[in-house]
Amino acid sequence: MNWRGMAETLTITVAALVTSLVLFGAFMVAFAHVSLTDLYYYMYLGAFGSSTSWQDTLTRAAPLILTALCTALPARLGLIIIGGEGALVLGGLAAAGTALALHSAPAFVILPCMMVAGMVVGGLLIAGVGVLRDRRGVNETISSLLVAYVAIDVYSYLVEGPMRDPASLNKPSTYPIPAAAVLGNMFGSVHWGLAFGIVFCIFGFILMRYTTFGFAVRMVGGNVRAAQGAGLPVGRLIFITCLLGGAAAGLAGAVEISAIQMQANAALMAAGYGFAGILVSFIARHNPLAIIPAAILFGGLNAASGILQRRLEVPDASVKVLMGIIFVTILLFETLYGRMKVFQISTAAAAAATPPPPPAPPHVVAEPVTV
Amino acid sequence: MTDLGNWSIPLAVFGGAIRVGTPYLYVSLGECLTEKSGRVNLGLEGTLVMGAMAGYAISYKTGSPWVGVLAAGAVGALFGAIHALICNRPRVNSVAVGIAMMVFGIGLAAYLGKPYIQPSAPQLPSFELGAWSAIPQVRSALQINALFIIGLLLAPAMAWMLKNTRWGMVVRLVGENTAAATAMGYSINRTRLIATTIGGVFAGVAGSYLSLYYPGAWTESISSGQGLMAVALVIFARWQPINCLWASLLIGGAGSIGVALQGVGLATSAAGYLWNAAPYILTLVIMVLSCSRARALAGAPAELGMVS
Repeated sequence: MNWRGMAETLTITVAALVTSLVLFGAFMVAFAHVSLTDLYYYMYLGAFGSSTSWQDTLTRAAPLILTALCTALPARLGLIIIGGEGALVLGGLAAAGTALALHSAPAFVILPCMMVAGMVVGGLLIAGVGVLRDRRGVNETISSLLVAYVAIDVYSYLVEGPMRDPASLNKPSTYPIPAAAVLGNMFGSVHWGLAFGIVFCIFGFILMRYTTFGFAVRMVGGNVRAAQGAGLPVGRLIFITCLLGGAAAGLAGAVEISAIQMQANAALMAAGYGFAGILVSFIARHNPLAIIPAAILFGGLNAASGILQRRLEVPDASVKVLMGIIFVTILLFETLYGRMKVFQISTAAAAAATPPPPPAPPHVVAEPVTV
Repeated sequence: MTDLGNWSIPLAVFGGAIRVGTPYLYVSLGECLTEKSGRVNLGLEGTLVMGAMAGYAISYKTGSPWVGVLAAGAVGALFGAIHALICNRPRVNSVAVGIAMMVFGIGLAAYLGKPYIQPSAPQLPSFELGAWSAIPQVRSALQINALFIIGLLLAPAMAWMLKNTRWGMVVRLVGENTAAATAMGYSINRTRLIATTIGGVFAGVAGSYLSLYYPGAWTESISSGQGLMAVALVIFARWQPINCLWASLLIGGAGSIGVALQGVGLATSAAGYLWNAAPYILTLVIMVLSCSRARALAGAPAELGMVS
C-alpha cells in the first residue's frame, strides 16, 4: 500500500472514531444526563489514564486480538465469519478439559497441550464452516453464527452436566485447573496471552502479505472464478485460512481459561470477546497488524466501562451502545474511500511519473473500470 | 390433571411450533420482501431485540399491548430505514452493515431496556381454540395468539402482493435486474428503502411478540439468533412467503421439543441446553441441503449477491 492509501485509511478511520465518540456523547447527554467533560475524562482515565488502567486495557485486548483474527483472516478470502465466539468457548472448554486430564503433568507439558487443544478445536469448528461454504455454497456468515450458538449450548451442557464440579453450587463450573496450568504474567497483571496475540498477528500479516499462500488467498478473495480458472486449490486455501482464524479464536479461549478464569463456566461468555472481535477486525479493515491498535482501543473501552458505571452511574450497556455506534459509523464512512481528492494521485503527477501511453486507435473504447 | 402419557409430547410440539414459530414467520416474511428487492438485511436480529424492548416498554407505559406492537413496528421501520439508507451509499457492504446494525440494536436495547427488566407489562391476548377440551394440556397447546393469525393471513397476502400488484412487480424487477428497472424509470434505492423498511416493521412486530407473549418478558437475551435464522429460512423457503410459513413452523417445532421433553421429565435441565441447540442444528442442516455450489439457487433474486 502506498503512503497516500495509508493516509486515507488512517484519516477516514480516525474521523469515523471521532464522529462515533461525538455521537455517543450526544446520546449519553440526552439519555443519561451526564456532563460531556466527565464522560470523556472518565473514559480516558479508565482506559489509558494510569498504569493500572493500561494493564486492564491490555489484559482485555489480548483475547480481542485473537478473536479479531478469526474474522480478519477469512475476510482475505472474501468470507465474513462472525462465529468466533463459538471457537472461543469450545477452545476454552478443550483447554480446561486438557488441563484437568493432565492434572499431574508439569507446566511445560500441560500449558502447550492446553493451547494446542484450544487451537485445534477452535480451528476445526471454523474450518467446518469454510468447508460448508466451499462444498455446498452455504452462506458462511449465517452458518458461523449458528455454529457459535450450538457451541455455546454444548459448552453450557458440558459445564452444567458431565463436567460440572459438584461443589460449584449456584455458579456451575468445571473443577479448577491445576496450578501448573496457569499462564503467568508478562508484566504487572498482563498475561502472556497478549504476546501470543501479537505473534499471531505478525505471523498472519507476513503470511498474507509476503507468501505465495497469501497471494493465492487474496486472489480467491478478489475473484473465486478467476482463482479456480488459474488452477488454485480454492478448497484447500479456504480450509487452511479458516483453520488458522478459528485456531486464533480457540487460543483466545484457552488463554482466558488459563490466565483469567481458572475454570470453565459462564463467565467465559460474559465478556463477549468473540463478538467484539468482529468489530475490531472491521475497524482494522481486516489487516492483521492494524488489529493490534484496534484491539487495544477496544480493550480500553471495555476497561473504561467499569469506571463509567461507578463514577457516572450509567448502565453497563453504555459500552455496547458505543460499540454499535462505532460499528455503524465505520461502515458508513467506507463510502468516503476514493472520494477525497487529497488522497488521489493527481492526473498531472501521474502523467509525469509514467511515460505517456501510445495513442490508442480511435475505434477502441476504454473498458469501464469495475470495482 | 389428566395424564396424556407420551401423547403430550407431540401435542406440546404442535402447540410450540405455533408459539415459537410466530416470530420466525414475521421476520422471514419481512426478510423475504427485502431480499426480493435484491438486498439482504442481517440486521433484523437487532431490529427484533429493539422491537421486543420498545413493545414491552410502551405496553408497560400505556397499558395497551397493541400500542406496544405498533411502537415495535415503528422502531422496526426506523431500523430498516437506517439500514437501507446506509446501504444505498456507494461502496458499502450490506452484509457488514447488517452485522453492525445487529450489534447496535442489541446494545441500544440493552441500554434503553434496563428500567423494564423488572416491571411486568400487559400481555397480548390469545384465543382459546382448545376450549372444547377438558384436558389442560390440550387447552394450553391450542392457545393461539392473535399475532399468529395475522401472520397466517399476511403470508398469502404478501405472496399475492408480490405476484399481482404493480409495486410487487417493481420490487421483483429491482431484485432481478437493476438495469432494466432503471431503464423503466424506477428508483432502485427508493424501492429497496421501502422494501427494507417494511421488512424492519415485520421484524419489530416479531420482537414485540417475544416480549409481550412468548416468553413474555423483556430480557437482554430475549432473542438468540431468531433474526438471523429467519434469513436462513428465506433461502430454504425459496423466497416464497407461503413457504416461509411452513419453514417457521418447522423451526418452531424443533425449538419446542426440549421444553416438551422436560415437561414430562424425559430431559434434565443440563440436557435442555442440547435440545436448545436443535433449531440451530436444524437450520444448518436445512441450509446445507437447500444450498448448492454448482448453480444459482432457483427462485433467488438475481441481484441478491449474498447467497451465491
